[in-house]
Amino acid sequence: MDIRRFLFITLIIIILIGVVVLVGSSQVSPATIIVSMLATTVAVATPLTLGALSGVFCERSGVVNIGIEGMMLASAFFGWFAAIYLNTILGFQPLPSLLTGVVVAIITGGLLGLLHAWLSITFKVDQIIGGTVINLLAVGISGFLNRQLFFEKGSIFGGQVPHAPGVLPRIQIPLISDIPVIGKIFEQQPIAISAIVLVIIAHVVLFYTRWGLRTRAVGEHPRAADTVGINVYKMRYWNVIIGGMIAGLAGAYFTLESVPSFEPLMTNGRGFISLAAMIFGNWSPFGAWAAALVFGAAQALQINLQFFRTLIPPQWAFLQQSSIVGLVPYILTMLILTGIIGRTTPPKADGIPYEK
Amino acid sequence: MNTNEVILEVRGITKQFPGVLANDRVDFDLRKGEIHALLGENGAGKTTLMNILYGLYQPDSGEIRRNGEVVKFSSPKDAIAQGIGMVHQHFMLIPVFTVTENIMLGDETVKNGLLDQRTVAALVRQLSKQYGLEVDPQAVIQDLPVGVQQRVEIIKTLYRKAEILILDEPTAVLTPQEVEDLFHIISELSHQGVSIIFITHKLKEVLAIANRITVMRNGKVVGTKTPQETDEAHLAEMMVGREVILKVEKGPAKLGDVVFEVENLSVFDQRGLEAVRDVSFQVKAGEILGIAGVQGNGQTELVEALTGLRTPHHGSVRLGGFDVTASSPRPMIEYGLAHIPEDRQKHGLVLSFPVADNLILCTYYQQPFARNYIIQNKAVDEYAHRLVEEFDVRTPSPYLPASKLSGGNQQKVIVARELSRPVKLLIANQPTRGLDVGSIEYIHQQIVQMRDRGVAVLLVSAELDEIMALSDRIAVMYRGQIVATLGASQATREGLGLLMAGLQIAEA
Repeated sequence: MDIRRFLFITLIIIILIGVVVLVGSSQVSPATIIVSMLATTVAVATPLTLGALSGVFCERSGVVNIGIEGMMLASAFFGWFAAIYLNTILGFQPLPSLLTGVVVAIITGGLLGLLHAWLSITFKVDQIIGGTVINLLAVGISGFLNRQLFFEKGSIFGGQVPHAPGVLPRIQIPLISDIPVIGKIFEQQPIAISAIVLVIIAHVVLFYTRWGLRTRAVGEHPRAADTVGINVYKMRYWNVIIGGMIAGLAGAYFTLESVPSFEPLMTNGRGFISLAAMIFGNWSPFGAWAAALVFGAAQALQINLQFFRTLIPPQWAFLQQSSIVGLVPYILTMLILTGIIGRTTPPKADGIPYEK
Repeated sequence: MNTNEVILEVRGITKQFPGVLANDRVDFDLRKGEIHALLGENGAGKTTLMNILYGLYQPDSGEIRRNGEVVKFSSPKDAIAQGIGMVHQHFMLIPVFTVTENIMLGDETVKNGLLDQRTVAALVRQLSKQYGLEVDPQAVIQDLPVGVQQRVEIIKTLYRKAEILILDEPTAVLTPQEVEDLFHIISELSHQGVSIIFITHKLKEVLAIANRITVMRNGKVVGTKTPQETDEAHLAEMMVGREVILKVEKGPAKLGDVVFEVENLSVFDQRGLEAVRDVSFQVKAGEILGIAGVQGNGQTELVEALTGLRTPHHGSVRLGGFDVTASSPRPMIEYGLAHIPEDRQKHGLVLSFPVADNLILCTYYQQPFARNYIIQNKAVDEYAHRLVEEFDVRTPSPYLPASKLSGGNQQKVIVARELSRPVKLLIANQPTRGLDVGSIEYIHQQIVQMRDRGVAVLLVSAELDEIMALSDRIAVMYRGQIVATLGASQATREGLGLLMAGLQIAEA
């Protein structure tokens, strides 16, 4: 990532944290606020980081995936449903139920990835349309099943929303958790931790392994890859499926890690913001992560300001309305996507079906 | 090294595509260490045959024998395993990868699960030393000149232990100096026992380098000759199937007034870099000014600026005494500018439109084609039929989409549209690129005819032969500047070649 972009990202995060520190410092020490802000940033950036990684895998192999939003939403629903079903109907303990829920979410994402691959690689459907189909499908299916399974009389849960098995617990990573102050930032729930680990793995896989070299090759110049005996379709299929699985993990964050419930449309555009993060991060895992952190910080601002709502000085009264602060991530998306910070270069064959 | 040992043999290969018999019972053989040229016009079936040899297509019938044994290639992988390597006309390199990454792609060396770049880079260095193919393994492809990229392609095949190297139109994109280098490399490879199939439609090259020449026409092999028993005229006749006038017939120029005047023109390219720098020249009525130069030295931007498609940031353009700097194309066309653009499919035609509509693209709004904003189909129909006949466009109907025509016929549609208006200035950019000998002959005749009718002609071409055959004066463009302007009689291939490569010749 170039230095300008890095500085921009750091600057925005500092500004966002600075606002909260300014407001809250009369009551809480700045250090506490900063740590709390950073911890929230890392946590809420999780679905964005994962969504962006999902996009990186798809698009590096040459398939545009705007269906990440839908993949997240569907996975959030099915993961949550699986966890509740195991816990309340089959009587499993909360933790195994939740973990199985995560696996179901990943499989859901993988299947939707397979659907997208099938549409866009085998049938060469326009990839934007393929992604839109997935988004609409996810909204419809999750909304419909949510109503049928939980709110209809005579459904398996008897028309009553059952008591959820809670959310995944925070974990302490040995060594890192022991570091004073900073350790607190990384005391996160498992999906948040795995997002960071996945960033590192994705980076190594993409740039230092055979798989990554071939993935990037089919995304840049598929015919060249074909002439040296690489199966372009197979590479693209697998990368889109992997992307789908990562989007599925992002979906699990919403219902199994963030809050113990499902609401229709709860992903709330996060899949699209992930795509913005992917573009701003120039299709690289670390770049995408850094961009996801900016959006995360914007959301952390909203969350942390709520604690200090009464302290907001009267001339800043507009900040008391959380709906205004809640706009910040979306405004940032727009600003960033208008390309104010340098130009990004997508993979050359991104979005172009390969014809033998 | 050139023994008589046959290492690759093709017998009775037939390949049918919808509507075309691309290969019709083709026989072909290759000896060890031999340079075997495959000569033919576009569409003669050369590339189809090579794609079959490389496993990209499967033949409908016929067989391939490698060292006497029948082999079947269902994908390039099989061909590579049999020691066949191919350098495609459009390079199969990934621009953002390094040389090493490109060479290892598909056949990677892996250590502990990670790519072992160091071992491969060492092997690349060794190969480049052994065969005299100088290249930096760490360089990124998009920063390298075309000639070097081609070397990377050759090393890529040698890295896969190729004993047979197929080169598809390898000289099309090279400067004359790079062609020299390539020929040295090819003879070195053949000395070390690599057999080479050299696909081209350029007669001179074939005679200069090949041990044997096989000529194809309409999917069939016409014959195989050695350079000693044939010459250019004979080969051309074999290729086209009739006698071809290779030399353009043209009398001395009858010069008129200055029609086109360009002064201190500078133009930026897409990325905002100065692609054309301080260019000045004049074209008089009745003369052809040729602009020679390797592709990508600012010719595209220059022509765009001259035809109103791009705004120059400095300098002036005068057409018949009027200042047309930064003018839009329409007034220039109305004044009498004809433009044959570089890329006929992108900028010359609306491919999905029928031929008839393409023929009136410049004049559709004028009488008699339009009356009160309504297109007059009858007038268009008559006009289209007349031009199709006059310019010998081979199409079953003027209402066929332009995309269905062959390259030569597409170019004829453009020529018909541009030259059937009252023309004072013709700007032709790469007018014969990718065309067969017959079409080239026709287009050249048209350009000379325009000149003899008193039209000022600006011809931009990367083909040195074309420039030398047609031009009355030759300007050489290098890195956006005109580095020299010569009378046609003073110009030699060698001298122009040096100028095109940026080397100044001592004033003789």
